[in-house]
Amino acid sequence: MNKHLLSINDVSAEDVVRVLDTAESFREVGTRVIKKVPALRGRTVVNLFCENSTRTRISFELAAKRLSADVINFSTSGSSVSKGESLKDTALTLQAMGADAIVIRHSSSGSPYTLTKWVKGSVLNAGDGTHEHPTQALLDLYTIREKLGRFGGLRAAIVGDVLHSRVARSLSFGLVKMGTEVTLVGPPTLIPPDAPAWGVQVSYDIEGVLPKLDVCYMLRVQRERQRQQYFPSVREYSRLFGLTRDRVAMLSEGCLIMHPGPMNRGVEIDSDVADLPQAVIEEQVTNGIAVRMSLLYLMLGGAGTAEVSGRD
Amino acid sequence: MTELTVFRGARVVDPASGRDAMIDVLVEGKTVAAVGEGTMPRGAAVLDCDGLVLAPGLVDLHAHLRQPGREDKETVETGSRAAAVGGYTAVAAMANTDPVADNAAVIEEVRSLATRAGLCDVFPVGAITKGLGGEEMAEIGEMAQAGVRIFSDDGRCVPSARVLRNALRYARAFDVVIAEHCEDPSLSEGAQMHEGLHSSTLGLAGAPAEAEEVAVFRDLALARLTGGRLHLCHLSSAGSVELIRLARASGLRVTAEVTPHHLAFSDEELVSYDTNLKVNPPLRTMEDRDSLRAGIADGTIDAIATDHAPHAVEEKETEFDQSPPGTIGLETALAAVITNLVDPGLIPLSRAIEAMSTAPARIMGAAEHGGPIEPGRVANLVAFDPVAHWLVEAPFASRSRNCAFLGKRLRGKVIHTMHRGQLVVADGKAQR
Repeated sequence: MNKHLLSINDVSAEDVVRVLDTAESFREVGTRVIKKVPALRGRTVVNLFCENSTRTRISFELAAKRLSADVINFSTSGSSVSKGESLKDTALTLQAMGADAIVIRHSSSGSPYTLTKWVKGSVLNAGDGTHEHPTQALLDLYTIREKLGRFGGLRAAIVGDVLHSRVARSLSFGLVKMGTEVTLVGPPTLIPPDAPAWGVQVSYDIEGVLPKLDVCYMLRVQRERQRQQYFPSVREYSRLFGLTRDRVAMLSEGCLIMHPGPMNRGVEIDSDVADLPQAVIEEQVTNGIAVRMSLLYLMLGGAGTAEVSGRD
Repeated sequence: MTELTVFRGARVVDPASGRDAMIDVLVEGKTVAAVGEGTMPRGAAVLDCDGLVLAPGLVDLHAHLRQPGREDKETVETGSRAAAVGGYTAVAAMANTDPVADNAAVIEEVRSLATRAGLCDVFPVGAITKGLGGEEMAEIGEMAQAGVRIFSDDGRCVPSARVLRNALRYARAFDVVIAEHCEDPSLSEGAQMHEGLHSSTLGLAGAPAEAEEVAVFRDLALARLTGGRLHLCHLSSAGSVELIRLARASGLRVTAEVTPHHLAFSDEELVSYDTNLKVNPPLRTMEDRDSLRAGIADGTIDAIATDHAPHAVEEKETEFDQSPPGTIGLETALAAVITNLVDPGLIPLSRAIEAMSTAPARIMGAAEHGGPIEPGRVANLVAFDPVAHWLVEAPFASRSRNCAFLGKRLRGKVIHTMHRGQLVVADGKAQR
């Protein structure tokens, strides 16, 4: 494993398998009465959340606590400009306090990269702007492997606002790396023109894509994008690209329905579709804890036995 | 007795006279006294220029010296020193100061600060519109009478075609240049970099090359309509180069510049989210970079200008989207051009000097700059080692250190800069 997890591209296909295998052994911990192992005792993990995200923060917090690490939550809102203290000063403060790992969520793309210039510990990207969300991609990969047993030969669609989605970027790169065929679906204004160079296909016709799929991954629609005129109305979006009951009928049996949450029920996904047995949205959440435990464990060198290796 | 200085044994590269030969240059007081072999009167101070190139002092059409208003980033004095260290003897200082240089009083202030510093000639640029607001024309006539040769709202494109049309027409009365920053703001709103493959993977909002090209096309049409003298600042795209090539071929009088960083880098360098590479217009693709190089080689682009844009450390050491765009460039321009264009054989050294001295001097009407190096001419000269390698690192003579070339090894080092007969840089060191 690399020292930092800034992009899913930092993780080789081999390491993806390692992360998922390790996560599998940690998932059992979550089923025990005492959900704790001593692997990271004495290590300090800081959750630096510069953008609101209760679910991701709680998931990381639980993961670190189940590994017996000391966890500090450091939340600020908005940019460095509005909060008065710069990211650099915050980073130097955390460095001075001896953080072994910093989990960062930030509204600016690339800020985890910037952070690595100022801290000695590992940096884990928990979502940066419209760039990436690599731990989400890994927990999605875990869920897909668990349900379908493989990546090669599978077909996945990622549907919605790909342009502004960090989840879509990390998951696309991750799935392509693992040999899954990926199609991005959405209005042309919300698919980056250069996306085919990621190794994916692009379609503007959801109904043409659905019957072939093994994984149908729905992205959250942000209403703010409508104000920016990326599409004419939320109603039209949901008609053209929403996963409705009727469209679910076009999916093959056994096709997974996934969503990174939080959902806009009735916009990108019908309310009762989200509750179907083939929708694995809650399992994604459960698996998130195990995958993040696995990452912290592998990156921080377990119980202090292995050295944390540098980036190559 | 006036002071005598001899530059001995240099290769003199002087595009204005077409000279490229090993000869001596004698400077007496402020002026060149003799050019030729064996011109060495007794009592002259001798500068051994073995292995060096002697050229007319460099001329920058585009620098932000930040004074008045942001003296924490740069002052006329520190900017002049950076210019001298980079081999420049004349610099056009952009108008987007605080207050804006949209009246003769600010122009006079900048000029007097420059005179006091005495390190290079500073040609203040006047704003096209009052307060750079894009609506009301500034007092172009009064500023022209105060000696301003270039007018620009740089940092912004004049948004209204009507306002720009009138400015281009009005400026004809004074034969001054309207220098446009070409950018359609509705296509570049929120942009952090060039829109393309790399912006798509980095998750940064991009501006397409068309944001520039739409404005270039409009401005060329208005230049044709008005007969005004249009200069296009810091071109960044292959499409812009092609538009100018076509306009030139049809006889339009237009000039253009490109920066050393657009000639050196492309958008793939941004994978590290290095804010020193965040510039406006943004670094574009390798193909764009190659077209800009070709534009310099064939003369479609007249000049290389730095767009020297100092910013405070805390403004640049931040999240990418929070950082202002801009890189300093006065101290690295010559080496960047030698390293990226001359060394690989894309242009001869004489074309580099022409694009960095002779052509910009002509565009801004700086008659005492840009050569020819001949008896009776004011001694504005630079001597540089064209093969010496050096590592770009802080501190700079500039008050800021946001340099796109930071940490890079470049070839070509300025040794002496002579401004009006004064050796302001000797052996690579500023003398004051």
